Amino acid sequence: MSTVIKGARLYGEGDPVDVLVEDGVITAIGAVQIPEDADVVEANGQVLLPGFVDLHTHLREPGREDTETIDSGSAAAALGGYTAVFAMANTDPVADNAVIVEHVWRRGQEVGLVDVHPVGAVTVGLKGERLAELGTMAASQARVKVFSDDGLCVADPLLMRRALEYSTALDVVIAQHAEEPRLTVGAQAHEGEQAARLGYTGWPAAAEESIVARDCLLALHAKARLHVCHVSTSGTADVLRWAKDRGTKVSAEVTPHHLLLTDERLATYDPVNKVNPPLRTSSDAEKLRAALAEGVIDCVATDHAPHAVQDKDTEWSAARPGMLGLQTALSIVAETMVRTGLLDWRGVARVMSERPAEIGNLADHGRPIAVGEPANLALVDPDAAWTVRGAELASIAANTPYEGMRLPGVVTATLLRGRVTARDGKIC
Amino acid sequence: MKHLLATDGLDPALATAVLDTADELKHTLLGREVKKLPTLRGRTVITLFYENSTRTRVSFEIAGKWMSADVINVSASSSSVNKGESLRDTALTLAAAGADCVIVRHPASGAAQRLAGWLAEPGTSVVNAGDGTHEHPTQALLDAATLRERLGSLKDRRIAIVGDVLHSRVARSNLHLLSALGAEVVLVAPPTLLPYGVESLPVTVSHDLDAELPAVDAVMMLRVQAERMHGGFFPSAREYSIAYGLSERRQKLLPDHAVVLHPGPMLRGMEIASAVADSPASAITEQVRNGVHVRMAVLYHLLASEGAAA
Repeated sequence: MSTVIKGARLYGEGDPVDVLVEDGVITAIGAVQIPEDADVVEANGQVLLPGFVDLHTHLREPGREDTETIDSGSAAAALGGYTAVFAMANTDPVADNAVIVEHVWRRGQEVGLVDVHPVGAVTVGLKGERLAELGTMAASQARVKVFSDDGLCVADPLLMRRALEYSTALDVVIAQHAEEPRLTVGAQAHEGEQAARLGYTGWPAAAEESIVARDCLLALHAKARLHVCHVSTSGTADVLRWAKDRGTKVSAEVTPHHLLLTDERLATYDPVNKVNPPLRTSSDAEKLRAALAEGVIDCVATDHAPHAVQDKDTEWSAARPGMLGLQTALSIVAETMVRTGLLDWRGVARVMSERPAEIGNLADHGRPIAVGEPANLALVDPDAAWTVRGAELASIAANTPYEGMRLPGVVTATLLRGRVTARDGKIC
Repeated sequence: MKHLLATDGLDPALATAVLDTADELKHTLLGREVKKLPTLRGRTVITLFYENSTRTRVSFEIAGKWMSADVINVSASSSSVNKGESLRDTALTLAAAGADCVIVRHPASGAAQRLAGWLAEPGTSVVNAGDGTHEHPTQALLDAATLRERLGSLKDRRIAIVGDVLHSRVARSNLHLLSALGAEVVLVAPPTLLPYGVESLPVTVSHDLDAELPAVDAVMMLRVQAERMHGGFFPSAREYSIAYGLSERRQKLLPDHAVVLHPGPMLRGMEIASAVADSPASAITEQVRNGVHVRMAVLYHLLASEGAAA
């Protein structure tokens, strides 16, 4: 089986070239002999990037298939330019054992639109009391490489220390949802001027920063790898810079919504904007963008969080936190980072594909676009724009904060090991 | 005016119009044995309270009935809310049953605004009777009415709001309305009971009640819930009362003309001394009385004044 991408600009650089893919591998770039039966993708000068890797996504299966399944989530991912996603463990039942992670892995393979890598829970049932069987999950068919209690924080410092220490023998990474629970009791929104005026119980920045600082200290002490989920404050970026400077093996992700949206959105009390960690100030968003460009924050991860209508079309305090993100990620990065000149397309490749693939230890994603490499690719039209409609997205749920917004950058084709999974906004 | 959701952003001219209407209604009913005006005959007003209330609910019910509206009270604790019905469905049910106006009190900040959105299609008016820690606009209006009565105008007056500002929708509504009407507001509270970001509000802040009292024209005392001790907001009721309670000693620091207000319910001996609450400087019972006229005025502006069919 062969595919030819005709007239693409690799990383948005140089003149358009043709890329030949045979049996899942890039076999020629430039002067290409197009086989007769090849599937041709007309790139028309569009930007070719390595397929995106999402370190943080919620596929809701098992347990909340009314909002998303591995099938629908994979479709959303493929349409968003993703070739690999890490599915968080806070399913129902929780993915804290080999049986659940193997199910998620197998189902992802069956659907075959994107490589679904299950994330294993750090603690049994996400209860934060004792370690889950990290070793068994790592050795299972799912080959779990990332562990997280996301949704919840591993708050007990001793347990977090043990998790970090234990992980070093398995060459896996512990990904922390940094939120000191004693500081966020009843918290609804960022603790700041907007919350003060509008009567929201505040979620102070220090509740995130204090855990990040603590975990960086523990990770250095244990010589372990730490990954920080959804960095939301400029203070956390400062802590990460300090920790990296002193040799801590810490990586960090930021969501597209934290790059663009701020607590100005709180005034409508519309829970489509409710998320954990919450939307912060415009100053935070600005500093997060700079930190991402600088590399202090390593990558973009969506924290794609589908929710049913009855969990979002309510009064704020009754709503569940979280927003969709897989199909809009590239556009938000284009809007906040490329259009502003903070990143070029090479930089986008780094933060959306190369670094997340490294952190998630994926050998076949985030690779250079070069002969001999696996053809996991995303083709982006940088000059096109589209209007976001939640009902038209592939996810079963429709809770996107960008409803009705016109965003730049359209993913026109996605290739998973040479096979076109999404083309012109449709699943293949 | 379609809804009354907040004083933050309320046009001062409209607020003044409501206060003037309240005064008119008060004088119209003065001395009348039969307290009844036909203004809202045939209108259906439903109060939907998800929290306990004495003053506000009774006040709204009387206000509606004195204007000849059909008033129905729905208490969440004895409704299908107990069967798991959502706020949205409850509100839509009331609108579908024929409510022209829903008066809502709910523990979630923003609940009234959300209701107004859901009821846009049936066109029902919404009055916020207290949403979480956000706003309680009719309270601020009746407080302003009471102060106007006692002090004349509010322009350039200095008002202290004392107590648990952090959790107080009364404080928020009052500070917006008072500053819009030209008064200066000073918040007096321990740092733990002031919202992070308070400097962005149109107020000054102080932790020293004794220093503030000699210069104010009115002091509004807020109730402090005993539960706040468990959140570490202050060490003990005693220490709170010593530092922030309006004691008889403190009352002597006030100027002679100064007015003492309290939205109620009071914890006598905690934030306010019993003798102070019952003193001539206290306008607490006037607040309640004005509450009825102010709420009549609000209902009038929402349901009657656009020349809608009587």
